[in-house]
Amino acid sequence: MKLDSKVPSGPLEEKWSKHLNEIKLLSPNNKRKHSVIVVGTGLAGASAAASLAELGYHVKVFCIQDSGRRAHSIAAQGGINAAKNYPNDGDSIWRLFYDTIKGGDYRSREANVYRLAEVANEIIDQAVAQGVPFAREYSGLLDNRSFGGAQVSRTFYARGQTGQQLLLGAYQAMMKMVHTGKIDYHPRKEMLDLVVIDGQARGIITRDLVSGAMEKWAADAVVLCTGGYGNVFYLSTNAKNSNVTAAWRCHKRGAAFANPCYVQIHPTCIPVSGDYQSKLTLMSESLRNDGRVWVPKDPKDERKADKIPEEDRYYYLEERYPSFGNLVPRDVASRNAKIVTDEGMGVGATGKAVYLDFRDAILRDGEDGIRAKYGNLFDMYENITGENPYKVPMRIFPAVHYTMGGLWVDYDLMSNVPGLFVAGEANFSDHGANRLGASALMQGLADGYFVLPYTLGNFIADSDLSRPDTDHEAFEEALSASKAQIDKLLAIKGNKTVVEFHRDLGNILWDKVGISRSREGLQQAINDIQVLRKEFWQNVRVPGEAGYYNKYLEFACRVADFFELAELMAEDALQREESCGCHLREEFQSEEGEAIRNDEKYSYVAAWEYKGLNGKLEEKLHKEDLEFEFVEPTQRSYK
Amino acid sequence: MSSSTMTIHLKIWRQKNSHSKGRFETYTLDQVDEHMSFLEMLDVLNEQLIMEDGDPVEFDYDCREGICGSCNLVINGKAHGPKHLTAVCQLHMRNYNDGDTVVIEPARAAAFPVIKDLVVDRTAFDRIIEAGGYVSVKTGSAPEANLIPVNQKKANQAFDFATCIGCGACVAACPNSSASLFTGAKIAHLNKLPQGQPERNERVLAMVDQMQKEGFGDCSNFAECEAVCPVGISISAIAEMRRDYMKALFDD
Repeated sequence: MKLDSKVPSGPLEEKWSKHLNEIKLLSPNNKRKHSVIVVGTGLAGASAAASLAELGYHVKVFCIQDSGRRAHSIAAQGGINAAKNYPNDGDSIWRLFYDTIKGGDYRSREANVYRLAEVANEIIDQAVAQGVPFAREYSGLLDNRSFGGAQVSRTFYARGQTGQQLLLGAYQAMMKMVHTGKIDYHPRKEMLDLVVIDGQARGIITRDLVSGAMEKWAADAVVLCTGGYGNVFYLSTNAKNSNVTAAWRCHKRGAAFANPCYVQIHPTCIPVSGDYQSKLTLMSESLRNDGRVWVPKDPKDERKADKIPEEDRYYYLEERYPSFGNLVPRDVASRNAKIVTDEGMGVGATGKAVYLDFRDAILRDGEDGIRAKYGNLFDMYENITGENPYKVPMRIFPAVHYTMGGLWVDYDLMSNVPGLFVAGEANFSDHGANRLGASALMQGLADGYFVLPYTLGNFIADSDLSRPDTDHEAFEEALSASKAQIDKLLAIKGNKTVVEFHRDLGNILWDKVGISRSREGLQQAINDIQVLRKEFWQNVRVPGEAGYYNKYLEFACRVADFFELAELMAEDALQREESCGCHLREEFQSEEGEAIRNDEKYSYVAAWEYKGLNGKLEEKLHKEDLEFEFVEPTQRSYK
Repeated sequence: MSSSTMTIHLKIWRQKNSHSKGRFETYTLDQVDEHMSFLEMLDVLNEQLIMEDGDPVEFDYDCREGICGSCNLVINGKAHGPKHLTAVCQLHMRNYNDGDTVVIEPARAAAFPVIKDLVVDRTAFDRIIEAGGYVSVKTGSAPEANLIPVNQKKANQAFDFATCIGCGACVAACPNSSASLFTGAKIAHLNKLPQGQPERNERVLAMVDQMQKEGFGDCSNFAECEAVCPVGISISAIAEMRRDYMKALFDD
């Protein structure tokens, strides 16, 4: 396998425009003859489908939900970054680029990140023209706020529902093209395999989630926009149906999977309340602007929070990080919450929580002042927990939120399988080892609106493609393999449900491949995953049959893939003998518990090639070296 | 956080597919924790049914944080259940008492055929948006974002309608199974903004016509839709839609 990033030469600021000038074009007449499959209708998928159809390609779009509008992008709260510099506070494309690459702890490609910062401004223009109701000032012009500790105000937002509004904009743009007949729209169909012919991606296999019918679809290129794999942990802030299946099956067909161990764990989520817990709910991290994080100093302290006097409280973030205090980055906040709860200082019935206390802020600004800022978040918290956060401190705990790893792509967002493009959270490209707040929406839409429409055309213009044909034997082979797996799962009729297996898998990952990792723990995790995976294939109980709507069969297929990905995540975390971004190896930290990066040995993208599965997952590691021509990697410090 | 448990009796609509006849089945769940969400309670029921070789109850859900609009159960006759401004995925069992009987049905409407049990086909909503629920701007042709100022109040009003999650509770609650609140919300959202003006007439005509074609009923001002809407869309959207529809007919 050869990994060629195909980054254009020349100065950083000119790479993208130079590339655009050199890209091959297709005449409208020729575009009409070509078809593209887009899988997933989140920000990346919907924007790509709409834009490609506008250019004239024939697009087939697929999603697992009952409508394209329900993709999990819809749940993003905070906002979208762009360096418009409307507030006149010194922002620039360079600064947005620099913050993103530094935030990613120097584990992403300079050229990709610069392009992301460069096209971000156009996203805002596009969204406004679609009627996205962003927040505005009295002047009627767009409002910006500072987000995630940024020193400039570059975040555009639509109340706490920015993802929803941007997704509806992209979804409506897509439906507009469905109306013209340029898009065939297929909700409730799940991709189960990629069809590769003569080394090129030429189609997919889907299962109709209503009828159970297996179907073959051919095209000149396949665009995968199927999101992240955070649900491998069972509990995460992802929607229940988010999964890795489409990406993983592409991996098994030859696409390299990059940096699978990079998982972002968000510090401010509502804690787990019991075994029945099905998902975790994120609370915006803006709460840390006014809330103070603490735990009782004495692990045996049974008093209610408001009865614990000041001297018996441990404000651990303020004490350990005097200059940033409660506003340390996400990974630092999450790690410290785990440390204090591991030491027995956690609060609540499960002990897996810390306090986020607004007492002092309410004394300062009054209850109304706090309500004006966070009223909807406080209501949400009370609705879920039954506790009033104006009276008692919130209990929070970290939760898996976003995965920076994903399928490896080059500068054109094409995987190492020609014709297979990957966009949005599903690819590995722009966030390095840690994603900054308000950057996920930016990346999904940048890929879909402003990168893929050009680079995909270049691929088609440059390729000698035969006419897509589902009669080719490779389609039949892939369809039979998917069908055989479903039949196998249904035939086991074991004694443990899919949910139980998934929950057990999640526990292994959370303990050993979560907030902090160690050599010993990772080796143990690999062993535990293998044992549990074997048991899954012997003892899982999948109800019903394949020929109708069967949610637990869908889950079974997805969990089967999570079991394989999980082992690769642990392998990847094991080989990376350094700490960077969200990846903390206990062996590689300073005495104060700060991450120690090793640029000399680990400044690379780890791209894994699937080699087989026989009790143990066989994968070969390939390295794409990261070169920093334009920025100097530095160590982060939040002391 | 202390928690108490309760026994809940369930009457759930079971239906194999769109062609078959459905019926209510009863189940009893013990040890329901007050901190469980309503959907988690159904997850627990399904785990039991699976282990007893039963057929798990199918229902739609995804984000479980009240924004994707997938969930749409009708509980004791009320779309999304008893809590005002709350989608069913955000409803928790502490709103119920030990020994309660809870009746769960799908969102019933001719335009929402049942797929299985509590899962219905809402693709009619997609087709209403497809008919005209957008601004026809192509990628790349947008002017600079701050070129056209938008009055702050208008932008806020636009948001209030744009926040619709497309769950279909409005249809389930309406005695006429009308989709007027859903359709009106999109029309009102785009009407409030300068970007929505050029296609204003065409949009309302196309969307309203599509709504009727899908088999949704007319609005008779019952306002049941507004009462159950989990995000509080105002019924004024419907008034605006009707006004615009008449104007558009005469404008053309």
